[in-house]
Amino acid sequence: MPFIPHTASDEQEMLGAIGVPNIDALFDEIPKNLRAATLSEVPAGISEMALQRLMNQRARLDEVALSFLGAGAYEHHIPAAVWDLVGRGEFMTAYTPYQAEASQGTLQLIYEFQTMMTRLTAMDVANASVYDGATALAEAMLMAVRANKSNKSNRVVVAGNLNPNYHAVCHTIVKNQGLILDVLAHDPATGCLPGAVEAALEGAAALVISYPNFFGGLDDVDYLTDSAASAGALVIGVVNPTALALIKPPGEWGTRGADIAVGEGQPLGIPLASGGPYLGFMCCRQQFVRQMPGRIIGRTVDQTGKPGYTLTLQAREQHIRRGKATSNICTNQGLLVTAATIYMSLLGNEGLRQVALTAHSGTNALTNLACQIDGVTARFSGPVFHERVLSLPVDASLVVEKMAAHGVLPGLALGDWVTGMDDCLLVNVTETKTAADIACFARLLAEVIEEVKATC
Amino acid sequence: MAETRDNVRYLASHEWARLEDDGTVTVGISDHAQDALGDVVFVELPETGRSVQAGEEVAVVESVKAASDIYAPVAGTVIGVNDVLDAAPETVNDAPFDEGWFFKLQPADDNALNELLTPEDYRALCAADDH
Repeated sequence: MPFIPHTASDEQEMLGAIGVPNIDALFDEIPKNLRAATLSEVPAGISEMALQRLMNQRARLDEVALSFLGAGAYEHHIPAAVWDLVGRGEFMTAYTPYQAEASQGTLQLIYEFQTMMTRLTAMDVANASVYDGATALAEAMLMAVRANKSNKSNRVVVAGNLNPNYHAVCHTIVKNQGLILDVLAHDPATGCLPGAVEAALEGAAALVISYPNFFGGLDDVDYLTDSAASAGALVIGVVNPTALALIKPPGEWGTRGADIAVGEGQPLGIPLASGGPYLGFMCCRQQFVRQMPGRIIGRTVDQTGKPGYTLTLQAREQHIRRGKATSNICTNQGLLVTAATIYMSLLGNEGLRQVALTAHSGTNALTNLACQIDGVTARFSGPVFHERVLSLPVDASLVVEKMAAHGVLPGLALGDWVTGMDDCLLVNVTETKTAADIACFARLLAEVIEEVKATC
Repeated sequence: MAETRDNVRYLASHEWARLEDDGTVTVGISDHAQDALGDVVFVELPETGRSVQAGEEVAVVESVKAASDIYAPVAGTVIGVNDVLDAAPETVNDAPFDEGWFFKLQPADDNALNELLTPEDYRALCAADDH
């Protein structure tokens, strides 16, 4: 049975009713040179059986016994109840809750998610989520340029120790909207931003800070936030939600706090599934709420005084404002928000703090053990959350290759991402790693380094 | 039937502009406009000192139903905004021609207001809208 129910004669009837000769004529207003011709790179369709076989083959490529790879997506234990509940039909098949009278469950859930995110970030308001951490940051940049009334700048200063994938995604999204992204280089000796940033911030609309940064380190966010404030720039914090159970939330940075906080919600109950789908969270101070893209759920009372939930502040969304909407990416990640909300409610404050503490102490344990290997040192000495850069006596990409062959993903070789870091390995430890796992990592790392040395 | 005033000029986009005795121009939205918008919940006002062209988007009025741009009726400089609307945007619904004004301009050209719709023109436009 075809998925599209109308027949060729239905189409003719509809075209006749509006006085258009054929379907192509409906696209006349799009210039020919902007239309995609044939999609030559997309292969022809295959049968369901062949597809299942292909996808199973590809899924097996991801099966690694032991992973210490983080760099933006993190392996955490997910209580079995999370996805059992998410899989219920009421959540799984729910449509965008435009009709409040038919969607109270979904609306309340999103409201709870927003509440949890504001508590975690210490910000005033949160939206119902966006696609992922990187797109959340791009939206935050556009929002900051719109919201910053103290200057007319379209220049955003971006921390050099931001995840390079985030930078690339943001560049793609904002370059054609007139924004200029300036990189504020980190100090190669510390991995953190320099101690004097006033000159770089002069006349900028916003500063993007990553906390923790791409190298796992913790920048002086109080100093950076206050410097940005005195330069008239808004502060956008890119944060890890698990880390916020331990380290200072963006709402408390410096004297006035960050203005916008965004991040990747994957660590909150979303499995690593070949890179997605994930969810982006986005929070801001009350005064900028009307510049926030996407949807926000509010709590109100119905005609009889009973509490109820509804979409609110949506007058600037695309279905009303069309081309003048604050954003035309207004989709929220409903199902993943459901998972994150259930995950957070099952763990609670104390549970999330335990997860963060265990990850942090595991990272320290791994660093201590690895640094006993001849030639292995911590690249930067400052404090970290749950990720650390190790300097190796050999090329890190060779080590990754050889350890992976033994069923261990040791982390990210940084040579492809940051110039001059060919010998560097970015390693992550979460609560999922036992002392035995960490010992196994160190033992294999020592063996593989000797192996690589012997062949060079 | 929405109220109109005879001492102001209008835009087809439903702003009104009043030439004051001191030569400045006060701008707001018409009774017809506030009625069509419904409950106004937020008004985004321009910065004082901004110079604007006739027809330029200078403010946004947001109701429970829609957000609409407000255009400058004449070229000039913004010399004041109605701060009352920050805390009490519903003033636009209650008194669109009086306490619910949006901003004041120092016009670049004293005669520019003559180009705008007269009260008669505007009443005809609204009547056509209503049909």
